Formats: sequence, structure tokens, C-alpha cells
Amino acid sequence: MPRDALGVLSEIKRSFITKQLKEGKRGDGRGLQDFREATITTNYVPRAAGSAMVKLGRTRVLAGVKIESGEPFPDTPNSGVLTTNVELLPMAFPTFEAGPPNETSIEIARVVDRGIRESKMIDTQKLVIEPGKKVWIVFVDINIMDFDGNLIDACTLAAVSALRSAFIPASREGGKDMPLPVDQIPISVTMVKIGDDLVCDPDLEEEQLGSARITVTTTEDGHIRAMQKGDTGSFTFDEIKKAIKISSDTGATLRKKYFS
Amino acid sequence: MGSESNIKLLDENGMRLDGRTPEQLRPIKIETNLLERADGSAYIEWGGNKIMVAVYGPREAYPKHTQDIEKAVVKARYNMAAFSVDERKRPGPDRRSVEISKVISEALSSAIMVEQFPRAQIDVFIEVMQADAGTRIAGLTAASVAVASAGIPMRDMVVGCTAGKVEGKVVLDLSKEEDNFGQADLPIAVLSKSKKVVLIQMDGDLSMEEFEQASEMILKATDNIAEIQRNALTSRYSVENIGDGE
Amino acid sequence: MAEIKQIVMPGDLISEELGKPRNGVYKNSDGRYCSSYFGIIQKNDQGVDIVPFSGKYIPRRGDKVIGKVLEVGPSMWPVDINSTYNTLLHMNDTPWRTTSGDIKRFLGVGDYVYAKIMTLNEIKESWITLKDVGLRKLEGGHITSIPAPKVPRIIGKGGSMVNMIKDATNTRIVVGQNGLIWIDGTPEDVIEAIAAISIVEQEAHTVGLTDRMEKYLKERSVK
Repeated sequence: MPRDALGVLSEIKRSFITKQLKEGKRGDGRGLQDFREATITTNYVPRAAGSAMVKLGRTRVLAGVKIESGEPFPDTPNSGVLTTNVELLPMAFPTFEAGPPNETSIEIARVVDRGIRESKMIDTQKLVIEPGKKVWIVFVDINIMDFDGNLIDACTLAAVSALRSAFIPASREGGKDMPLPVDQIPISVTMVKIGDDLVCDPDLEEEQLGSARITVTTTEDGHIRAMQKGDTGSFTFDEIKKAIKISSDTGATLRKKYFS
Repeated sequence: MGSESNIKLLDENGMRLDGRTPEQLRPIKIETNLLERADGSAYIEWGGNKIMVAVYGPREAYPKHTQDIEKAVVKARYNMAAFSVDERKRPGPDRRSVEISKVISEALSSAIMVEQFPRAQIDVFIEVMQADAGTRIAGLTAASVAVASAGIPMRDMVVGCTAGKVEGKVVLDLSKEEDNFGQADLPIAVLSKSKKVVLIQMDGDLSMEEFEQASEMILKATDNIAEIQRNALTSRYSVENIGDGE
Repeated sequence: MAEIKQIVMPGDLISEELGKPRNGVYKNSDGRYCSSYFGIIQKNDQGVDIVPFSGKYIPRRGDKVIGKVLEVGPSMWPVDINSTYNTLLHMNDTPWRTTSGDIKRFLGVGDYVYAKIMTLNEIKESWITLKDVGLRKLEGGHITSIPAPKVPRIIGKGGSMVNMIKDATNTRIVVGQNGLIWIDGTPEDVIEAIAAISIVEQEAHTVGLTDRMEKYLKERSVK
């Protein structure tokens, strides 16, 4: 597999990909709206409250959920806490460096978190142990282990799968261990704009070629829960509406495929 | 090491909490090349340990002032995932990780033919996804496999094991409880063929005889573990895995 | 079922009966010959080599390689040749009329070149040149790569393997000694060629590969 060490897309690859897109084809035979094959393995880390290893094409991420008791935030005394963190591990790409989260990992974490929070997948009101004093804190930590594009969707899939299979260790607080109560499942769909085309689940080369990126997260009811535009290019409003439609349709397909 | 506890780590028959005999290893499984971007990689399960190791290199050392004009610098980075331990760990290196990274780098440097790569560095990323005692040895054992799978020349493979003392008895391959509540912890790694020691640390209380007993057990175990390393590397090239040209 | 050549690991003893020890073999402290690599034992008239399954390209003077331009300097370009060390291309070693500070219009970041290793010193600093037959900036086509140790297998005896793939897929193929491969043809044919190369890469350590590839390519071309 080609190793573009510094992540700069060559003119040769640029024209090869563009030429194929003109015929509606992508390097691996996918259609413009097709996602790569995803493998989701839950309970990958049995010691964690919940976990999921996701392989999306060659991208690989591992999400782990830890649930611990703690104090609620002062402004929401009757709510549990959900917090999401993403680490771009240096093993995932030749130029990734170890260190505190950079703007890329922070953006991914916040977009994934927004999708989960706004879809009310987790009802934080149900995470109270002692109102105002003790609540459950749900830590979602996602480690990127192999990078071939579309980290946002891979991380959302991993976080959602991990949460869906998580258990609250209530026995530590005198209760009984129980599954983390979850409701609607958010699915994020990320597309990049290459020329006039919107290409879903871009691999690294497609991301490098894209001028702009848009992520739309939807729930079963077809409602939009989160959106994020990335990169320095721009979209027309028609393109945004098209992206929302694609996300809703593709989201439904993915939800049926992986979460039914 | 050696916290106060009422846990009985050995029963009347000398059997350990997890049912093992004093000289018995926990189950070990190693797989190679699960990662696409890295130059070499290995995944190890050892007891409840689940560790992924990725190798990049040799590549030009960066920043430039870290370059050694005569040889490659081996930089191991041992890191524990936030969800790898019972109480969630804040991401990022702590003092323990830094020390472990150092001793692992040094152990690998004994084996790797670093003189062949002046001005270069070899990065070894050890990610502990689930921890279950003996992570540094498991990580180093897998790292040796990952370095070999990256096509980096080595004098020998590096293989290791831990031993300790539990209620006065020397035991091989400490479990989590034995590590937390036992009386000694001795991780050792050697060059596979020559048995030269490339990593040795110890904390606790061991007499000279107990140390000899423990190190004998470890040396014997390294032969078994070396076989597991060999199978991990060669299995993907076995006859059964080759099709008819398709 | 394919027969495989003998696989060894670092530290494994290599019998002196096999021949004169060459690449990938070293003498240990007991004076015995050992393998440095995880790879296969390759015997020929000159002696015995250990060919690793993977690894970076080790530059040799005179090798023709495919490299990717990393930066544009005032008078030279650092180039990535899938090796531990980057190499340099000086503007005077190209066929173009260049002036210092103006070389970007001939070669930019991300461009690929087919070049020759011209000079190499003890601390592995090297320089490449485009001044030789066939060397050039590569345009069009597609780039793929294989581990450098497997290049001889892709080329085959006297070019037999790569020519077989070229003919069967109707493509132009240039194989760099460093493992990078340039393929030109229609997108479908290029993808076919990459698939064939991938099989050779995965089965490089087996015996009878040439015959199997001949069969595979014949079957594909009938479709």
C-alpha cells in the first residue's frame, strides 16, 4: 500500500482519483455514497464498562467507556456527566506525534460528543446516585490506532457501540450492575467535496483531495442533531441540503446494518 | 507492591488464586501486522493484558539534535489507554510510563543492529489497551516481534517474563492480585538465544536463593514464549495460507 | 499448495554448509553464523542471503528508484525514496535549464521522479540525478508500492515477471529498485496490474510463483 509519508497528495494520484470520479467510481470500487465495510467488535476491553474496536476500511479506532461516581457540575446538580476524549496515537500515522490533544483530536471529540449528547442517546438525568451530591460520570475515550481517513465517523461508530454495550458498575454504590440506559442512536456521515461531487466516507487520499468537508449527524427520526463543516473550501446552500439528505439516507442504511 | 490485605494468594495445596501452579504461565497469544500504516506491528494477549505495538523506522531522527551520527536511536513510548485500568487513567505520560519507556528502549537497543542506521531513529509505540500485570514485559516481548516484522535487523529476539514471591513462595508470571499484594516483583527480559539479560528490575524482598529460583523459572519460560513469538511471525506465511494464485 | 522456502528469525543459526554468508547474515560471539532478519534463506552461486519479508530500501549507487519530492529548496529538492534517509536532487543534475530560486516550476512538492542514485557516503547521505536514459519526472498513471526486498521477485529473471504483467494488463510499468512502482494505462487496466502485483508481493516467498502467475493472468485476460 502506497506510503505518502508526509501526507501530500501527488499530482499523479490527484488526477487518477479525479478521472475515476468523473465516471462515478472510486479507487476501491465504491459508489460516491457508499461507506467502506466496517467491522465493529464490542467488549474488546472486557475490564472497561463498555468498549468497541471499529475498523472502517483501513481506519482503526478503539473506544473505551469507564463509568465512575463523582460530583455533578454545579450548574447541573441533577444530571450525570458525559465526557468524550480522542487521542490521535502516534502509531496511527507516520507524522502523528505524541502529546496533548491538538485541534484535530479536540474537534473530532467535540463533534462526536455533540452527536451523542444532542440525540439524547444517554439521558443524563438517569445517572444520578444522590441528587446534588453524587452522579455517574461516563468517560468515553477513543484511541485512533490506524489512520486512513474519516476519523469522525469511525469514532462516532465506536463511541456509540461502546456506550450501547456498557454497564454501570452500580454494585460499587450498593446497587446492582445494570446496562447503561440508551435511547436514540446517532449516526454521523462525513462527506468531502471533490470538484462538484460529494464523496462519503473519504479515505485519506480523498480527504487530501477534498476542498471542504461536512459532517451531519442524524437520528432515527430523521432529525439533524449535529453538523460540522471542516477545511478551508466552501459549500453552496444546495450542497449543504444535499449533504443533509445523503446523511439521513446513508445514516439509516448504516443504522440498520450495524445497530438493528 | 505488598499492600495490606486479607486475600489469600495461595491455597492449602499451593495453588494460586487463578488456579495456576507456581511455575505456570498465563495464556499468551501474539499476532502480527494488524496495523496498516506502521512499518511493523504486533498484538499480544497475555493473561488479561491486551497490548498493541507499532514500529516506525528506521527513519531520520527528528529533531536533528537527537541524531547520533554513529547509530540509530531506539525510542519506545509505553502508554496506557485511559480505560486500560480499573480507575480511569488521565491520558498522557506519567512518571511510571516514562521509566518503562526508557527501560524498554534500552532493552531493544541491545538487540537491534543500530550501527547500520546512523542518524536514524526507530519508534516503538506500545499501547496498553487492557492492563493485567506484567505489561512492560508483555509489551517488550511483542515489540521484538513488531521490530522483526518491520524488517529491521536484530542480533536476536528479545523475550521476557516476570516472577515474584507470594506468601513466601516463588511464583512465575505474576497476576494482578499477586503483583498488588505479593512480596516481590521481578521482571526480566533476555536475548532469546544467548540468554543475555537486557532488562532487569526488581522491587520487594528476595533472598539470594529466591532470586536464583525466580530467574531459573523465568529462563525456562522464555523458551516457551520464544516459540510463541516464532509462530506469530511465521504463521502468516504457512503453506495453508497460500491460495492457488487467487 | 505452494511450497515455501525456509523461513528464519533474527538469531537463528545459519548452517555454513549452505554457502558463503552474505546479506543478512552475521557472526555471533561464539563465531557461528546467524540471521539478522525475519526472512527467507536464499541460496545461489555467490552464497547465501537472508531476504527479509519487509523493510525500507537501502540505497546503492547506480540503482534506479522512484521518489516523491518532499520540499522545494532554492537549488535542490529533498526526495523521499522509501528509505531510512531522504535523498537530494540538485538542479544541476536535471536536464532542465534552471536558475536558483526558480526550480519550483519544474518539480513541485508531491511530484514523482524516476532517478538514479549518483552518490552515497558512509553516513548514508545520498544524491540522485535525472541525467540518464529514461530518467524523468513521472506524469500521469498511478503509483503503488511494495516492500523493497520483494522488488527482485516483481521483476523476475530478466524481467520475466513484470513483462508478463505488462502484456496481460496492457500497461506500462516502471519498477523502482526502492519498491515504488509506476503504472500507466486505463484505470481498469491499472487496477488489474496492481492486483497482480499484490499477489506476487504476498506470495514472493513461495516456489512455483511464475507458473501460477502465468495461469492467473491468462484466466483474467479471457474475461
